[in-house]
Amino acid sequence: MEKAILTGKYYMTGDVACAEGALAAGCRFFGGYPITPATEIAERMAVRLPEVGGTFIQMEDEIAAMATVLGASWAGVKSMTATSGPGFSLMMENIGLGICTETPCVVVNVQRGGPSTGLPTQSAQGDMMQARWGSHGHYEIIALAPSSPQEIFYQTITAFNLSETYRLPVLIMSDEIIGHMSERVVIPDKKDIKTLCRPKPKGRKDRFKLYEPGPNGVAAMPAAGEGYNVHVTGLTHDEKGYPILTVETQMEMITRLTAKISKNLNDIIQTEPYFLDDAEMVLISYGVSARTSLAAVDIARKQGIKVGLLRLITVWPFPEEQICELAERVKRFITVEINMGQIHREVQRCVGGKAPVSLVGHPGGTIIPPDRVVEKLKEAF
Amino acid sequence: MADKLRAAKKQPDHPLDDLLRRDRIPHIWCPGCGIGTAFSSCLNAIKSSGLERKNVVMVSGIGCSGRAAGYVNLDSFHTTHGRAIPFATGLKLGNPDLNVIVFSGDGDLFAIGGNHLIHAARRNMDMTVICVNNLNYGMTGGQVAATTPNMAKTTTTPRGNPETPFNLPHIAYAAGATFVARWTILNTREITKSIEEALLKKGFSFIEVLSPCPINYGRRNKESSQDTLKLYQEKTIIKNGAHPSEIDIDPEKGIILGKFVDLQQPTYIEKYDKICRSLMNH
Repeated sequence: MEKAILTGKYYMTGDVACAEGALAAGCRFFGGYPITPATEIAERMAVRLPEVGGTFIQMEDEIAAMATVLGASWAGVKSMTATSGPGFSLMMENIGLGICTETPCVVVNVQRGGPSTGLPTQSAQGDMMQARWGSHGHYEIIALAPSSPQEIFYQTITAFNLSETYRLPVLIMSDEIIGHMSERVVIPDKKDIKTLCRPKPKGRKDRFKLYEPGPNGVAAMPAAGEGYNVHVTGLTHDEKGYPILTVETQMEMITRLTAKISKNLNDIIQTEPYFLDDAEMVLISYGVSARTSLAAVDIARKQGIKVGLLRLITVWPFPEEQICELAERVKRFITVEINMGQIHREVQRCVGGKAPVSLVGHPGGTIIPPDRVVEKLKEAF
Repeated sequence: MADKLRAAKKQPDHPLDDLLRRDRIPHIWCPGCGIGTAFSSCLNAIKSSGLERKNVVMVSGIGCSGRAAGYVNLDSFHTTHGRAIPFATGLKLGNPDLNVIVFSGDGDLFAIGGNHLIHAARRNMDMTVICVNNLNYGMTGGQVAATTPNMAKTTTTPRGNPETPFNLPHIAYAAGATFVARWTILNTREITKSIEEALLKKGFSFIEVLSPCPINYGRRNKESSQDTLKLYQEKTIIKNGAHPSEIDIDPEKGIILGKFVDLQQPTYIEKYDKICRSLMNH
């Protein structure tokens, strides 16, 4: 059998690195459907999964792909899918089922320009709010944004670890540029890769309750075939998993589903500061746009502009506290993203009028050149 | 005295109790509905199949029949509308030791979920699909379905249905199902036998069970539950081996029941293991 972890140094695209990260995390099921610019993840998994004892299947559409991922997860297998905008839209209902039934899995969205068929081969970051609220009802979600092939390798492992720890679908919001660009990717030794698995039930099976929260607010999860006779439903349910369609049960369930994220923010949220200590102006960015912003900071610093960057590695849950703190001492914020102001609104909300917040945005099709960010900085300076 | 009263009140044991979540009973199905009969036939089949109970799982979609997963005392999954089959596909591929039953309705499996049904049949995915066909959308109050007879009245075809209904066994067969049968809820022994055969058979099995829906379909078409059962008694013809293309539901000509298809074909997992995994050693 081939190795699941291909320790070594490679020149690899972000899509391929994503697939290798998944395998390193222990993913053994992929249900997919072809879509540009995410197809290469499926193609890599089709080659690699059977080599390591896993299963790949190309389904008839993205709705089915997402459903198989949930089914495989309940069979006890770490599972994932990857798609882009139109497919992400189709997956939304079953992502909601995954949230409601607390099913660990990873969904990668290699973003392209939208709405609709949009710009299939060109980048955008226009699905960030869809990632947050795309499925109906009130819920919490975890979404990560990779800035390089190396980072998507690690982020995919993190995404699996978070999904297993907190029992929910975790989203990786990549984009066409990160997906298709080739860069150096170092795959470490197996011993240097930390992988986590869902909490398993202990104790008597007849007393087991499917959604009884454990110490961190997350319930233990048996797999189908282990003899627990679980009932898993997308209807509002009690701790036993039984549908109870009352106001009280709805309140309890939604509270439980949101609390397991909102009470563990310090464990979940990751950001990266760059020249923030003395910064008078702060760029907020993520994914490929954070690379642009990084270059802009370097250029502007050489021209004497005191600017820093807060790179969001976790976009959802949103790092509110950090931005609120920065708002106390920073004179201006600039959000840099390939959409017309989605995360921008979140920044505005957190800054709460304490400093002006401007946007360097673009509706999609290209990266935002560093010059545009520098221009904005000079304007504001 | 109180103990005696309690003992007298205690429900007598039922032979299927161990397969039921008794704390979920009473069920939601209406008086005169046939889903319960199809469901108990399914439970009898699980029992008589002798399969190891912990490896039998039931997956349902949404609708009246979709509630079955909530009453069976097995690992059971009540999924999204139309998506029971791909969810079941994931379960099966994740753990090939599972024996997967999909129990759902005609709207769920053939309208919103029709695409998944034909593709699972095409792949010969090893699962048993039981479709309770009550000719309409019962849960939402009796709307037209892909199975509603031409000219029948429903809340969304108040002047009569202008469409032509699907012949479900024909679709399953044409798409590649290796076991296909149709019964009515009057044929409980035959349903049980067909489901048992399907559970023990490797491959995609499809069993249609015709069922009355007196509250939502019957009421608008001047057909009581008894009328429907009478129709099943008088107008059905058991014709095992009939070609699925020739069994459109037509009470005038007689409704054909029976086991129509029983083929041996390699399953998806067998082919995946042979084609996709065996090359690993070369």
